[in-house]
Amino acid sequence: MAQNIVLKENKKKLILFKPIEIIFKSKLSKNKLLLSFKKTGVTLVSILLFLMLWHFGSQALYNKEASYKINKALTEQGKVAADAERACIYSGKNSCQPNTLPSPLQVWTSLQLLIADHYVIKADKKVFEEQMFATNKALIAKGKNKITYTGRPSFIDIVLTSIKTVFAGFLLALLIAVPIGIIIGLSPFLKSAFNWFIQIFKPVSPVVWYLLVFMIVKTLYIGNNSDNAFVISFISVGLCAMWATLVNTAMGVASVDKDYINVAKVLKLGTFQKVFKIIIPSSLPLIFTGLRITLSVAWMVLIAIELLAQSPGLGLFVWEEFQNGANDSNSKIIVAMFVIGIIGFLLDRFMLSIQQMVSFNKNEGI
Amino acid sequence: MAYLELKNIYKNYGLGNTTTEVLSNINLSIEEGEFVAIVGFTGSGKTTLVNLINGLITPTSGQVLFKGKEVKGTSHERGVIFQNYSLLPWLTVSQNIFMAVKEAFPKETKTVLNDIVAMYVEMVGLTPAINKRPKELSGGMRQRVAVARALAMKPEMIVMDEPLGALDALTRGNLQDEILNIWEKDKRTALLITNDVDEGIYMADRIIPLRPDPKATLGPEFKIDLERPRDKTALNDNINFKNTRNAIIEYLMDIGNERKVEAQEQILLPEIAPKSFVGYF
Repeated sequence: MAQNIVLKENKKKLILFKPIEIIFKSKLSKNKLLLSFKKTGVTLVSILLFLMLWHFGSQALYNKEASYKINKALTEQGKVAADAERACIYSGKNSCQPNTLPSPLQVWTSLQLLIADHYVIKADKKVFEEQMFATNKALIAKGKNKITYTGRPSFIDIVLTSIKTVFAGFLLALLIAVPIGIIIGLSPFLKSAFNWFIQIFKPVSPVVWYLLVFMIVKTLYIGNNSDNAFVISFISVGLCAMWATLVNTAMGVASVDKDYINVAKVLKLGTFQKVFKIIIPSSLPLIFTGLRITLSVAWMVLIAIELLAQSPGLGLFVWEEFQNGANDSNSKIIVAMFVIGIIGFLLDRFMLSIQQMVSFNKNEGI
Repeated sequence: MAYLELKNIYKNYGLGNTTTEVLSNINLSIEEGEFVAIVGFTGSGKTTLVNLINGLITPTSGQVLFKGKEVKGTSHERGVIFQNYSLLPWLTVSQNIFMAVKEAFPKETKTVLNDIVAMYVEMVGLTPAINKRPKELSGGMRQRVAVARALAMKPEMIVMDEPLGALDALTRGNLQDEILNIWEKDKRTALLITNDVDEGIYMADRIIPLRPDPKATLGPEFKIDLERPRDKTALNDNINFKNTRNAIIEYLMDIGNERKVEAQEQILLPEIAPKSFVGYF
């Protein structure tokens, strides 16, 4: 045993030193390093190309919009007004900027503004809480609700709300879809009982799910003054996204390898044991594939549902900025777009790594 | 009374017009402590026969009797070593065996069960790999785990369905010896299904060829009068071994030739030729 431990330690050391060895020693590994540099380089170049395309594209759109504005002033109000318009546009004043696709630089500035804004709001909140500390203490002592900060949320708060909603929805989907999927997968009888339901409700659009949940939750919340936007949005997200998990779980459970079932029979496992020790473990890879799809669908429909439910998340942010039409609204929308994309990517990677952890090759035991 | 007895077994698959008779009129009896091998071509219904004995499937007609009682469903009294190991890939070696042991001895405490697991893992020489998962093991090691799992349940009879079929010749030889050693220790009744005549002769007391399907049935049995423990290298020069081997192979070859003749029967095709479109358009 002691020898084994020593061996393991040696191995670890080797692994630690490997990167250094790769750089300094072997020739083949030098090539590998070069290859990885090349790969990173290609990615960087493609990002640069994308930014350039974006920059010049937005400039072209800007010029088109500007010349349209100047021409409009010329035909409608005459030369003096047109000159004034041109001067205003090229002076860079906020009031007369053409409203079009923002350039990468504008988006970057907006991002910094949004983050700075977060610290301003955070400070405000702190001041508010300090001011209300005594009052709140008295209110709580009387058994009343304390006064909370009701100012506008910062961009970071908005992102956190969205993440919270998507996780609540995902959890709901998991709790509904996995058990039902297992039950349906186990019994062909129940499968035919449920199949019409799944087939009809699977393709229903997120907007309609929202309306359905709204109808129900609105009535349930009668007499309750608390905000139900969060509840409505997470339930809608969960119901909308759970189908992939439901179908995959049912399929995984129904298609357990016959060899494993034979093992269960030969060992004479009881029904409970058979389900929990053979059927569920062997369908875990498919269940997690379903959950991964569910999470990405949940994140995708979240934006539309938040918009409808007026839940203070990214969906509502995007829509409000669009309605706002302020000078920097468009660039804020693009910031939100990138944030949505990056978080979606991270969530998918997170699920992928879990999926790989529980996966096994079907032939590994055979 | 025989320990395991198959009486007039017929087994059909499919219904109505598509019925195929896989096994036909199978009669077999095995005495306690005996090591019997059934040899046959691949696809001759060997696995069906094993599953009948295990109780995984039921015969269309006829009876499988184990210790005088009809076999209904699987039982811990008959341990099975599957052709494709059938280990659970999400469990480690010890967990795979533990699961079986726990089912076989539900009343024992966990420490006792763990001791049994450790004992059988050591018996098949896998102690260093006890916490590995099947995917980290080679084919031979996986089969050893399957052997340990079957034996750890202390069955009264072991049924092996081509247990070494997927292994290379060297590993195969080693495992044959190991299985024989274990068998000789407590002389449990054993039934080996194999497609390797040499393996059958080396390991078994009796060899029965299975005539291939459709309508597979058992052929005449061959007794093997070789002293145990048998020496593999010495066997090659043993006149008795040679004769038995030749007899069995001749028998199987004859069946194979019969099959070929059947397959060569000519089918008369109607005389038709493609229509000529010359000058048609």
